[in-house]
Amino acid sequence: MRAFVRASLEAELGADVAEAKSGFEALRLLPREAWGLVVVDVNMPDINGLELVSFLRKSDVHRATPVILISTEASATDRRRGLELGADAFLAKPFGTADLAALARRVLGVEP
Amino acid sequence: MSDLRDEFLSEAQEIVESLSRDLLLLDQAHKDGSSSQDLVNEVFRAVHTLKGIAGMFGYARLGEVAHALEDLLDDLRLGRQNLTTELLDVLFEGVEVFQRLLAESPDAEVSEVDIVAFLEQLTSVGASRPPVEDALAAYAIDASVLAVLTEYEEHRLRTNVAKGVGLYRLKVRFSLATIDTQLEDLKARAKSIAEIITYLPSASGGDGDAIDLDVLLASSATPATLEDVLGGEGAVLERLTRGTSPVAPVRATEHHALVPPPPVRTPPRPTSAPPAPRMPSEPPLAKREVTADQLSLRSVAHTVRVDIRKLDHLMNVVGELAIVRTAVMRLTEKLRGRPELRQLAIDLHRINRGFERHLEELQDGILDVRMVPLGQTFDRLARIVRQVAREHDKEVALVVTGAETEIDKLIVEELSDPLMHLIRNAIDHGIEPPKTRELAGKPPGGTLVLNAYQKGNHVVIEIEDDGAGINPQVLIETAIRRGIVSEEAAADMGRDEALQLIFLPGFSTRLRASDLSGRGVGMDVVKTNIGRLGGVIDVQSEVGTGTKLTITLPVTLAIISALLVRVAEREYALPITAVQEAIVFDPKRVRRVEGREVVTLRGETLTICRLDELFRVQSKARGRRYLVVVAVGQKRMGLVVDGLEGQQDIVIKALGKSLSRVRGISGATDLGDQRVALVLDAPGLLDEVLSSPERALHEGRR
Repeated sequence: MRAFVRASLEAELGADVAEAKSGFEALRLLPREAWGLVVVDVNMPDINGLELVSFLRKSDVHRATPVILISTEASATDRRRGLELGADAFLAKPFGTADLAALARRVLGVEP
Repeated sequence: MSDLRDEFLSEAQEIVESLSRDLLLLDQAHKDGSSSQDLVNEVFRAVHTLKGIAGMFGYARLGEVAHALEDLLDDLRLGRQNLTTELLDVLFEGVEVFQRLLAESPDAEVSEVDIVAFLEQLTSVGASRPPVEDALAAYAIDASVLAVLTEYEEHRLRTNVAKGVGLYRLKVRFSLATIDTQLEDLKARAKSIAEIITYLPSASGGDGDAIDLDVLLASSATPATLEDVLGGEGAVLERLTRGTSPVAPVRATEHHALVPPPPVRTPPRPTSAPPAPRMPSEPPLAKREVTADQLSLRSVAHTVRVDIRKLDHLMNVVGELAIVRTAVMRLTEKLRGRPELRQLAIDLHRINRGFERHLEELQDGILDVRMVPLGQTFDRLARIVRQVAREHDKEVALVVTGAETEIDKLIVEELSDPLMHLIRNAIDHGIEPPKTRELAGKPPGGTLVLNAYQKGNHVVIEIEDDGAGINPQVLIETAIRRGIVSEEAAADMGRDEALQLIFLPGFSTRLRASDLSGRGVGMDVVKTNIGRLGGVIDVQSEVGTGTKLTITLPVTLAIISALLVRVAEREYALPITAVQEAIVFDPKRVRRVEGREVVTLRGETLTICRLDELFRVQSKARGRRYLVVVAVGQKRMGLVVDGLEGQQDIVIKALGKSLSRVRGISGATDLGDQRVALVLDAPGLLDEVLSSPERALHEGRR
């Protein structure tokens, strides 16, 4: 999944993408630089995506970073919570490259 | 396209098989009352994947069923639905539906499978939703905590609270550099004693190099024990008590500034209301298909699926090479006889030996690829056991050993039907109803043991029940009544012989045909099918104690090592696995017992069969002849042959139609030098000679 997200963003937006394979790894990556967009899965092995959204929104540095939450189960509860916590968009798997790219453009406010 | 479809079919088959396996485990867990959350997740994932690939390959109906099942499983996973026997029934039914759908073409105009009925069944099970108690409300866990839990985590939290398991918060500080190892260490320590619900990172605490975490735990252990196991450097454990809101109180204010504060106590779920409809806001179903990512992941797997026919072809090539090798060997022998070419013969011999070694490796390699564990077949049987036991209101525990035993793929394919029949028989006729069993002083639940192991070049499969057993007297009476045996013959019949009666065509002691075993397939068919695979079946039974059926099969049919024997100037190949020994035949020691010719070998009586008489060929051999002792399973006999011609690996070729029905011959083989030998069917010969001595001998002499 990560490879797919990465490839989509690189190909469609020409983005420079870093991957974290768990919530903790994301925590470690986050302070390194200012990120333009965070794409996060709800279900991760340790810190879940909702917690990560909450963490980002509380942090001084990442408060305004756009966040796209993705999920396999398309659980209505998870979606609602994610958006309430401050995620900018929610995308249910499976989705295509174009879906992700369009959404990323929308939350980033860039023209195709 | 058809290749893709084949790929899909085997993929889907694998998923369905693992689904079936997990359901059986889930069923067991349900009975034991043990935790089954991981299994439910596993089953959910399997169905989810199946749905995805079904959509991609145009199996719309299968996709529809998978989707409906997925919804049900999602409810189960999230605790909106409780695991019940009825729900398990539906899930097992789902496996059957999948298999039947996979068996037909997705483009077929008319389908045999009634998915509408099944979907209705699913809906009715899904509707009988039990109320889920909301014990979590009593804990008054801070809303900011609940807000970041996924639905699944919240469900785990609720489940633990409902069970009265204590909730704890463990505050830890992890260094960003070593967070992975610290986390693994924490998980390892918590594993046996607590369930980690989630990790809540705190933005307020921590600096650039470290992070503060609140770990939400559920545990039945005492706080002191937990403290011992999890406490330590900088780790602070706190028990969450009812009516307080201790988690992350510091963050609350800051957090509420961002999220409008919902009521602190989460309202209980509307338990009596009908299930919430699937959210219309979810992406349309058509879009939920497999992504390129999932596909590419699959192709990274370390296995390759191969059409068994390709392996057959390779095996044939190996067979041809073996013939080449034999031819070179013979040439070498000829060269040796010429003194001037001796050195050449020696070199050739050496080269041929090297060739032989590599050929053996190649052959072993191909054979190894053909082998599959019996486990797959056993899983399917386990499902049958559950289903049949349920239908009969019998309690049957299945104990499987040796599922890892490997056998030729072709044999496995042909084995499922006979095994299924034997299993049904065992439950239908063998294992008694619970009440009968209790009266007999047995535990109410019966036990069915499925045991497999390798024994030399054979695989042995045992099916043993602790049921009523077979009464030989009843068998004899039935056989007489049906005119299968005469009263005189019956009078001499020993117990073991009587038990063998169940394998005769037209024999059945069933009083009424039940819907299970009474499908017109008798034990004779089972026996014939197993015989066709080069195997034998034996029965042992003790009245009141149980019945044990033992199937002995060759490990492979592809290539066999054979003893070449000569009868009336013709060569025959006898699978070496069936040969115990060969001795010089002494006609003077032959006696006649009950119409059979026998000799005594080391104190045991051995029935003999003169192959020349059986095949109606006139042996003109004078002088020394041999007795080859053949044994399969528990049965033995001696074959009288004119000569022993050596041992050779052979590839059996099927016979033409005219010869394929000849008893005692299983095929033909090319020996090289344009010589063809018929391959003797040892199990068939044993049956022919031992079961009806009179007939075999008369036919042989006619």
